[in-house]
Amino acid sequence: MENPEQNTLAGLEAIPESATRQNVALPEPAAIAEGERAAQPAAGTGVPIFEVNGTSIYYGSFRAVTNVSLTIYEHQITAFIGPSGCGKTTVLRTLNRMNDLVVGARVEGDVSYRGENLYARNVSAIAVRRRIGMVFQKPNPFPKSIYDNVAYGPRINGIRNKSELNEIVERSLRQAALWDEVKNRLGNSALGLSGGQAQRLCIARTLAVEPDVVLMDEPASALDPIATGAIEDLMKEIKDKYTIVIVTHNMQQATRVSDRTAFFSVLINPESDTRTGTLVEYAPTERLFGDPQDDRTKAYVTGRMG
Amino acid sequence: MSTVTRVDPASPAGSTRPLSQRRPLGDRTFQLLALGCGLLVLVILVLIAVTTSQQASSWFSNEGLKIFTNNWNPGANQFGVLAFIYGTAITAIIAVILSVPVSLGIALLLTEVVPYRWSRPIVYVVDLLAVVPSVVWGLWGILVFAPWLQKIYTDIAGGVDGVPVLGPLFGQPVSGASFFTAGIILAFMITPIVTSLSREVIATVPAIDKEGAYALGATRWEMIRGAVWPHSQAGVVGAVLLGLGRAMGETIAVALVIGSSPEITSHLFAPGYNLPAGIANLFGEASGEFRAALMGMGVLLFVITIIINVIARGAVQRNARRKRGA
Amino acid sequence: MAGVSAEPRQVDLREPAGWRRTKNRLATWLMVLSFVLVIIPLGFVLVTVIAKGASSINWAFLTGGPVPPVVAPAGVGGLGPAVLGTIEITAVATVMAVPLGVLAAIYLSEYGGRNWLAAFIGFLADVMTGVPSIIMGLFIFTIWVLHFGLSGFAGSLALGCLMLPIVIRSSYEILRLVPNSLREGSYALGATKSRVTVTVVLPAAIGGIVSGVLLAVARAAGETAPLLFCIGAAETANANVFSGADTALPLQIFSNASQPYVGAAERGWGAALTLIAICFILMIAARLVTARFARYSH
Repeated sequence: MENPEQNTLAGLEAIPESATRQNVALPEPAAIAEGERAAQPAAGTGVPIFEVNGTSIYYGSFRAVTNVSLTIYEHQITAFIGPSGCGKTTVLRTLNRMNDLVVGARVEGDVSYRGENLYARNVSAIAVRRRIGMVFQKPNPFPKSIYDNVAYGPRINGIRNKSELNEIVERSLRQAALWDEVKNRLGNSALGLSGGQAQRLCIARTLAVEPDVVLMDEPASALDPIATGAIEDLMKEIKDKYTIVIVTHNMQQATRVSDRTAFFSVLINPESDTRTGTLVEYAPTERLFGDPQDDRTKAYVTGRMG
Repeated sequence: MSTVTRVDPASPAGSTRPLSQRRPLGDRTFQLLALGCGLLVLVILVLIAVTTSQQASSWFSNEGLKIFTNNWNPGANQFGVLAFIYGTAITAIIAVILSVPVSLGIALLLTEVVPYRWSRPIVYVVDLLAVVPSVVWGLWGILVFAPWLQKIYTDIAGGVDGVPVLGPLFGQPVSGASFFTAGIILAFMITPIVTSLSREVIATVPAIDKEGAYALGATRWEMIRGAVWPHSQAGVVGAVLLGLGRAMGETIAVALVIGSSPEITSHLFAPGYNLPAGIANLFGEASGEFRAALMGMGVLLFVITIIINVIARGAVQRNARRKRGA
Repeated sequence: MAGVSAEPRQVDLREPAGWRRTKNRLATWLMVLSFVLVIIPLGFVLVTVIAKGASSINWAFLTGGPVPPVVAPAGVGGLGPAVLGTIEITAVATVMAVPLGVLAAIYLSEYGGRNWLAAFIGFLADVMTGVPSIIMGLFIFTIWVLHFGLSGFAGSLALGCLMLPIVIRSSYEILRLVPNSLREGSYALGATKSRVTVTVVLPAAIGGIVSGVLLAVARAAGETAPLLFCIGAAETANANVFSGADTALPLQIFSNASQPYVGAAERGWGAALTLIAICFILMIAARLVTARFARYSH
């Protein structure tokens, strides 16, 4: 892994171009006092939440993503960008073990969350998902009332007390900037909400279980620009309580909201004509877009590719 | 990696369990319960086969292969059931011959001709046919339909007297309650299921093929012959076989209108008998050997319908799999 | 092209005439005819049953008893015991078949995936729908009646065996239609598979399942053959489904139809009308549930 000497600008410039497949991030900070949450760190520093090391993901014998290594830090918004088919959603879903639901999916390499191997034999996917929530591309409210949608997570975690649930529902809907719009019709079916509202409901639903991390898979791609803006503002507001990883195909969105950005691309195997995703470059957002190190990154962010 | 100090995450509402935990007992129990209910199907089918065969075993051992002779004489302890098997086959074949063209016609009407808005009412009407209980078909059949048919049969029989092929088929003896009447009523009863399955099968024809035919300037009928038929042949055969199986197993309506006379004859307007009708009508007063024979008829019926259903379902499934491109 | 003239050629866009058009028209008319051929017998049966049965229907007929012997003229006694019998036997059969059937369908759609056992069981369930109903009657006769005697419950067991594959099949089709995004949303919140199924998938599918169940009940209520050897032929109402002979509407129709007495025929028509009315009401209820449910799904 990284050595502490690289914690200087000079050290940064010494990193050769061939290191683009590695984590170009700055090294770990010095020990943080236990129980203390880190203050908003300078870009790149902070408590590592996810450590992905040399990870490849297979569907059956098909290698969908190869050799990904990166670290995701606490209280930051990390964006995964790249052309379609580059594996960014696959990697995202690996972080909360949603790929388990796909028959034949297999993860090789290390994926750890706060120091614990996510794919260890005795790790429960259920427990993982209670800590690492997910918002999907197309809003998927349950065919229940708005209240029941948000209360679903807490209820399955054992909370039955009515007043406690009321409090959680209100808090989550406020965090999702939806409370004022629906507070008088919590009993109405969630299916009657507009696209933007439904997606905020899904975010409220995810926040209701107070996760540690929120993963978002192109959360605004099915929404109009105004609703998209609302979602982006929401992300920035909740950043200091959660860690957010977002997959997006919209580069401007990445520059608007994210602290660090990972650019994935597609490797085409000419003999077997298969496409495998891979991580190309990972850096603080201004650096990745302003001064990309890899030619592929340069081509993508300047619009010549993808 | 281990220079990271672990900071406890906010505990998710209500849960302080560590990342690693065994699968909750309730979850595992539910899965086993669901699996158990699924296996129930297998268990019941096996039990049916085993217990009824057991009951019929004395008949099988006493008669041996003579069960396949036309020698039905309960009084003299003779239980050859060929007449019943013959009746089962004949009535089912009549039903299929009458019902399949009509069912296919309706299925094609619904998929190719009629705009979607009108298809729902038509489907409702066809489903109404299925809701009429078997015993009501039988009641109407024996009290109203059969007497009416008898007049028609008599006229036909008079007309074909002496004619080479038609005479033996449609000549005397003539009775309202007969093979043919049972066949017609069975046709009414199996039309809904053959129609609905044919519709499913025809729906698997790729739209591209149909459009290709139309794009060449084909009329609707030509498109059906050229694009729909080749694709749906196997599936339609399956649908027909399923109708055949249903027709063979229908009991009460047939019991009332078939005439209750175990005879093998080519005369379709003559009274006859078939396996389920025989069981239904005769079980009440039977005992001992007689009852074992009736049980045995049940076993035969079970085996025949299972075989037909397996072949039919296989044909329909193969057709469905083709659509998914497997 | 030689000889191109200055004026545009006449393009004939009319329908192709001749044999092709005739064949097409003929085919279309034949298809319409087949539908008509279906309406005719249906209409006849319904009209006859209503016309001949309406005169017998009155409160005494529907609720009075005891069931008169077949030789009795019309107006004597009533079919109350049969109506009660049909209701209680079908109800018990439904209570047994529906939970088992829905759970089996859940196994097939949520836990079975593509493994061979689930495919095999699904196939067997389909085959089982084609087993003649009289075989179910013989089966229950053998394993239950021979040991415990005739009873309404034996009839319920037989009807339950009949309903089980129907409920499995229709529930499975509905469960398969529940969009996967709902399941994923529930999983992402940390629900176990059983939770996902019971709290999200089942509620989403409940309308379609209920509709399928109603249709299965309509089918079971009209069945005669399974009851023939299982419930006997009671003449008075039997409120205890579990012991003692019982009777049901289809059985009454059957016994009355096979007798030449006028009174019997009238009772038969009346019972037939009652039975058809019950089946139709169930069918319409099923359609209403489907329509109402469709409004709540996306």
